Amino acid sequence: MRPEPAASRAVPSTSELFGWGRTAPTGADVRRPTSPIELQRALPTSFERGLIARGLGRSYGDAAQNAGGTVIETTDVAAFTIHDSDPNSNTVLVTADAGASIDRLLHALVPQGLFVPVTPGTRYVTVGGAIAADIHGKNHHLKGSWCNHVESLHLQLADGSVVEVGPDRDSELFWATAGGMGLTGVILDATFRCPRIGSSQLVVDTDRAADLDAVCELMRSGDHLYDYSVAWIDLMATGKSMGRSVLTRGRFASASEAAPKIGADPYVYRANELVSAPPFMPAGLLNNLSIRVFNELWFRKAPVERRDEIQSIPTFFHPLDMVRGWNRIYGPAGFLQWQFVIPFDATSTLTTIVDEISQSGCTSFLAVLKSFGEGNPGPLSFPAGGWTLALDIPTGIQGLGPLLDRLDDLVVGVGGRIYLAKDSRVRPELLPEMYPRLNEWREVRERVDPNRRIMSDLARRLGL
Amino acid sequence: MRDALGSVQSVLVLGGNSEIAMAIVDRLVASRCKKVVLGVRSPASATTTLNRLRSAGVDADTVVFDALDPASHAKVIDAAAERIGDLDMVILAFGVLGEQSEFNANPVAAADAARVNFVGAVSSGLAAAAKLRTQGHGMILAITSVAGVRARADNFVYGSTKAGMDAFAQGLGDSLIGSGARCVVVRPGFVHTRMTEGMKPAPFATTPDKIADAVINGLQKNKEMIWAPPILSTLFTILRHLPRPLWRKISAG
Ligand SMILES: Cc1cc2nc3c(=O)[nH]c(=O)nc-3n(C[C@H](O)[C@H](O)[C@H](O)COP(=O)(O)OP(=O)(O)OC[C@H]3O[C@@H](n4cnc5c(N)ncnc54)[C@H](O)[C@@H]3O)c2cc1C
Repeated sequence: MRPEPAASRAVPSTSELFGWGRTAPTGADVRRPTSPIELQRALPTSFERGLIARGLGRSYGDAAQNAGGTVIETTDVAAFTIHDSDPNSNTVLVTADAGASIDRLLHALVPQGLFVPVTPGTRYVTVGGAIAADIHGKNHHLKGSWCNHVESLHLQLADGSVVEVGPDRDSELFWATAGGMGLTGVILDATFRCPRIGSSQLVVDTDRAADLDAVCELMRSGDHLYDYSVAWIDLMATGKSMGRSVLTRGRFASASEAAPKIGADPYVYRANELVSAPPFMPAGLLNNLSIRVFNELWFRKAPVERRDEIQSIPTFFHPLDMVRGWNRIYGPAGFLQWQFVIPFDATSTLTTIVDEISQSGCTSFLAVLKSFGEGNPGPLSFPAGGWTLALDIPTGIQGLGPLLDRLDDLVVGVGGRIYLAKDSRVRPELLPEMYPRLNEWREVRERVDPNRRIMSDLARRLGL
Repeated sequence: MRDALGSVQSVLVLGGNSEIAMAIVDRLVASRCKKVVLGVRSPASATTTLNRLRSAGVDADTVVFDALDPASHAKVIDAAAERIGDLDMVILAFGVLGEQSEFNANPVAAADAARVNFVGAVSSGLAAAAKLRTQGHGMILAITSVAGVRARADNFVYGSTKAGMDAFAQGLGDSLIGSGARCVVVRPGFVHTRMTEGMKPAPFATTPDKIADAVINGLQKNKEMIWAPPILSTLFTILRHLPRPLWRKISAG
């Protein structure tokens, strides 16, 4: 199989690493075990600055880095098994090494009429990363996040021992690992339930919403009718079109619905990268004006309302993956993503935040708005019932720090939180408010890693 | 740790009474910085600053630092790290300006200035770099001067010490690539401080606060070289290439 886009290194052949946002690189002793045995030998580490696991480096900030310590890249240990199943059950069990990516899984699963339980906006994430961030997708309102679908996993602890945990086996440790950002140990493999699908295509409805209220209302009234739902929102539009959005929702098509588009084999799956972003981008290429123009064109191009369009998995779920290395377009200063969730009863705060961002004139490509269902028991798991908004912002913008600090305060003020897998700048003192069960999580960590052998830049920065 | 916007959580200032460094520290503290160590010759001289930082909730302390004692520099760095943990940033802010006429009359005084400005920067810069390499992260902020970009008849001793420091810091920065650590050069123009009191200001004269703003902005943009004010970058691209007779005339002002 063709090689996966490797985890990014700041400079090839050195051990400098950064996240998807390409900010704040740090140096580490990076190891790439090529077998499960080698992977297990990584721990226990005698190294004073500890060890952290790293998947495909798609977290935006410093979660998968460990300055001065060891980083274990898991992506060369990537086997998986699709278990036999009762044809009448809705799901099939899959056991995968932590380094297996959703991309590889889909190439095997889809042709067999299966899908992953949850997919993020990119398929280049590993199973380990999916668990450690407890990732969510367009189906969160119905299906919850990744760890809701995990039966069990093998975790190697700081002392080198391997334990099997799950919702029914040391559930405390299992849930501390769900969203625990790799800080409870190295996940070796996991067994999770994968849903059956009728074809490799989706039936998609698109609605253009003139402003924020309109899109929220559409989601509130109709999301329960769709398996998958997400809105792209133009945060540079101001005034009456503030929050204008394009909402796309869908479900998997049956074989007969898909047939007119793809022919006899309902499970054909092609997922390729079409183009590559140039390796070096001049600073300032993406400026306020170019992005404004892009957003405008994009909004105008969307149909006001379209029903029953047949779309492929890559088009519907992973449009950004068509451009390899698109994170480079932000130039040398890099970029960050800010993603928060706030409860539904704080919708007016959502309006305030969208308004503030639009008014700030701060450059942002399309942002993503989604309504979440209830969260799971993971004390550091991000999703919780409410609105979640995610936006990419180039880091060079003046006044960005104070702006985001102010917005964080609004989020915390209504009992919301930001997503650690995307974070690269939040104030550490806000964490206990954002994650009120942080202490519960810390107790579990204390139990399994009293000497803080497992360590990351994120953990250092936020004093986790 | 440094964050995506260039904010740091801890800083060691070598030359802890420098007004430019203090203006930078004030901004760092207003953002994410919670730990500050000031390296100064006599700790008593930093009491006011220390109290100000502490009353702002910062964990602040001093270590004894003498640029003229290279043998102690590694120990100073260790002491600071012992006190506050990882050093996210080390600012090389010490330096003497001196008077060219005095240097002309007293070559030994000129040599001392070179020992502070250049030799001191070399030993403390390398000691800091060694620490940052083991940490796998951290930034050295080397404050040089536009006076080092092209030497002038009326302050070439100072200018040449800063030229040496500037070249050293650039090379150090290049050597650190791949380690996670960085070295950023800050080139201020003429700054109104105690050091320049009574002197005739050069064009685009600036203040410690403005320099600090330029530095914070440069760090956020991930710059390796920060001119303050930024216009000096353009100006000196031209000045550097002027024929010498013309440069002599202009720089004599
Ligand atoms: C374009 C794009 C779109 C995205 N869309 C979404 C989205 O829709 N929803 C969403 O939830 N997220 C989304 N993300 C974020 C991404 O899903 C998460 O950051 C995910 O964790 C990345 O997986 P990774 O394999 O790259 O992990 P890395 O980024 O390498 O690591 C992430 C964390 O997982 C830990 N980790 C990795 N492997 C292991 C292991 N074996 N054992 C223990 N810990 C481990 C690391 O220590 C680190 O803390 C998106 C990211 C990008 C770039």
